Amino acid sequence: MKKSKSAYSEPGKFGRSEHHIIVVWVDNETGVLARVVGLFSGRGYNIESLTVAEVDKKKHISRITIVTSGTPEVIEQIKLQLTKLIPVHKVADFKRNDPKILFKELALFKVVSSKKNQEKAKKICKKYNSIIVDKSKKSFVIQVTALRREIDKLIEVLGPLGLASTSRTGAVAMTRGSRVFK
Amino acid sequence: MGKIFSGAEIVFKCLEDQKVKHVFGYPGGAVLPIYDELKNHKSIKHILVRHEQGAGHAAEGYARSSRKPGVMFVTSGPGVTNAVTALTDAYMDSIPIVCISGQVPTHLIGTDAFQECDTTGITRPCTKHNWLVKDVNDLANTIHKAFEVATTGRPGPVLVDIPKDVQFKKGKYKFKKNNLNKTFNGGGNKKINSKHLDQLIKMMKQSSRPIFYTGGGVINSGPEASKLVRELVSLTGFPITSTLTGLGAYPGDDPQFLGMLGMHGTYEANNAMHDCDLMINIGARFDDRITGKVDEFSPKSKKVHIDIDPSSIGKNVKVDLSIISDVGSLLKSLTTVFKEKNKNFLNSNKQKTSNWWKKIEKWREKRSLNFINSDTVIKPQHAVKRLYELTKNKDTFITTEVGQHQMWAAQHYKFNKPNRLMTSGGLGTMGYGLPAAVGVQIANPGKLVIDIAGEASVLMTMQEMSTAAQHRLPIKIFILNNQYMGMVRQWQELLHEKNYSESYTAALPDFVKLAEAYGCVGIRATKPSELDNKIKEMIDVDKPVIFDCEVDKGENCYPMIPSGKPHNEMLLGSRDEKEEVSDEGKTLV
Repeated sequence: MKKSKSAYSEPGKFGRSEHHIIVVWVDNETGVLARVVGLFSGRGYNIESLTVAEVDKKKHISRITIVTSGTPEVIEQIKLQLTKLIPVHKVADFKRNDPKILFKELALFKVVSSKKNQEKAKKICKKYNSIIVDKSKKSFVIQVTALRREIDKLIEVLGPLGLASTSRTGAVAMTRGSRVFK
Repeated sequence: MGKIFSGAEIVFKCLEDQKVKHVFGYPGGAVLPIYDELKNHKSIKHILVRHEQGAGHAAEGYARSSRKPGVMFVTSGPGVTNAVTALTDAYMDSIPIVCISGQVPTHLIGTDAFQECDTTGITRPCTKHNWLVKDVNDLANTIHKAFEVATTGRPGPVLVDIPKDVQFKKGKYKFKKNNLNKTFNGGGNKKINSKHLDQLIKMMKQSSRPIFYTGGGVINSGPEASKLVRELVSLTGFPITSTLTGLGAYPGDDPQFLGMLGMHGTYEANNAMHDCDLMINIGARFDDRITGKVDEFSPKSKKVHIDIDPSSIGKNVKVDLSIISDVGSLLKSLTTVFKEKNKNFLNSNKQKTSNWWKKIEKWREKRSLNFINSDTVIKPQHAVKRLYELTKNKDTFITTEVGQHQMWAAQHYKFNKPNRLMTSGGLGTMGYGLPAAVGVQIANPGKLVIDIAGEASVLMTMQEMSTAAQHRLPIKIFILNNQYMGMVRQWQELLHEKNYSESYTAALPDFVKLAEAYGCVGIRATKPSELDNKIKEMIDVDKPVIFDCEVDKGENCYPMIPSGKPHNEMLLGSRDEKEEVSDEGKTLV
């Protein structure tokens, strides 16, 4: 048997990690984001991206969307621990590859380059709902909405074409069809 | 328009409406308006401690022994940071505490003002919830809500931070009655599903090697839950074991009780946990001191978990049936349904579990709590046993510090009632026992309160002897003095080649003189022959006592589950040690 000098047990087997999108409805009050984020860091959970904004002005409800990864047990714990927080109203959890769920991320790219490269760049962005939001002789700023991996890809492709600055949001998620998460 | 009150008045109006009788605390600049108001509220007694950690542990001892929330006042900055250990301790052991802290005036928040700290930031991970009250008109609601959060669902500590200007400002006071049934615990008050009950009863009927594994949840649920556990155990004839924090829910001297389980639990309890085919966890949380290596934890059993906190389910161990409920209400339905449908179960099931009981008796024959006694030096286990024998006929409350003495207390002191053992289980806070004893004595005047202590632990909060003296609390500090941080020394002996790095305490105080310096009574016992008389002397004194019991310095706490080992491979102590420690034993622990 392996020598152990610890009075704690050794780690057991780890399960397979999956990507999940956790959506949390919270009271929009001071410190609520710190409570949610603190829970993740305190218990060693992972945050890939985070989006938060108030969605109900009257009731002061904010919707937090967190992309995370973990074993099914960890994901279950994340949900249960979040539900225990006092300002949390409800928690939803979606697998990233769930076909019934829409995911979108928004990104702004600033491209500074020659006319020719600018045109090339615009063309590449076209299939991702691109909108040109600013223009000058040497540059433009373009907005795209797409999946995370598509935006990752775009950053790669636009790089040599003069990509000067990137700003992107975390994911937002919504169920398809008429169903609403209760 | 109704009457208006200052923030400080509102604090007291809330406490009065919450029927608070005692507050533990320490004044300071940012809580002075609240302290100024104290004189106008005669029904609330303030117990001045000597350090804010002491206030917290005293509030914990108070809450644990009285089943009422413990309340504390602390000032801003260092007052709050000193309280953090106690809040974390209460969070880990699910003890309801309401901490009211002063804060610098609102306009100075964020300016690094004198005695300012980010109180809500610092205490966020060690409370169930906390609030910074910036508007005096929110104060009453917030404090009442704080009591609600602290005491419902799985209990725990909360903190309300009140800036000094808010304590002065005038506002309205309104008391809406608490809705104490609502749980702030992620849906913990769901109705019990009768299908789950039927399934559980079916599992119980099919099992030939069952065991109940009960925890602090039974104590927290109230005395009724303890009664129901006793009823269920006698209805079924199943064996029962308990965690450290659950001791007392079931009588410690009953033949169906296998003793405490876990790292320093009994041989029979741990083997039964390992070999059982049905484990019914009632209000415990599969803590790592209990399970050891999770992959090898009780491999052949079906597991049932009953807990009020949904996040406890599946956190450490996968279970086959989970029931989210208050332990007491679940046990009530369970025993009722069980009695109705299974008349005469005890007799008809005897045959089925007879082999299991035979096996358990075999394990019992090992007498894993035995130790080799001595005529010349006091063995610490012997001291605890004598203390038990001489106090068991009184309704005695025991607190402990953390370490070897804590485990010996758990092993050799047989608790027969709930709420009689106050010990830092989850956090393992050295220095817990003395201030906790202060709180226990405040809640239980006239009762015998003993802190079974180690000399290293007790020195961490020794200043609270002064609190005991001031408030005439005749607590007894029973120190098993081996001059070492005993548990550290034991691990170093077994794991680190006897390199006793910094675990010996040189220059210990003379505890008898120390007691006298505090205006208390000091007693010292050095020989086994004088132990009984000295213990009796301690019990008879109506003053705080420090009892310096000089014990064997090298004694180790057994039995013990070595790390990385399953429950059926325990070290049994000196007998084992002699045979194994030379080669294998050392590396096992």
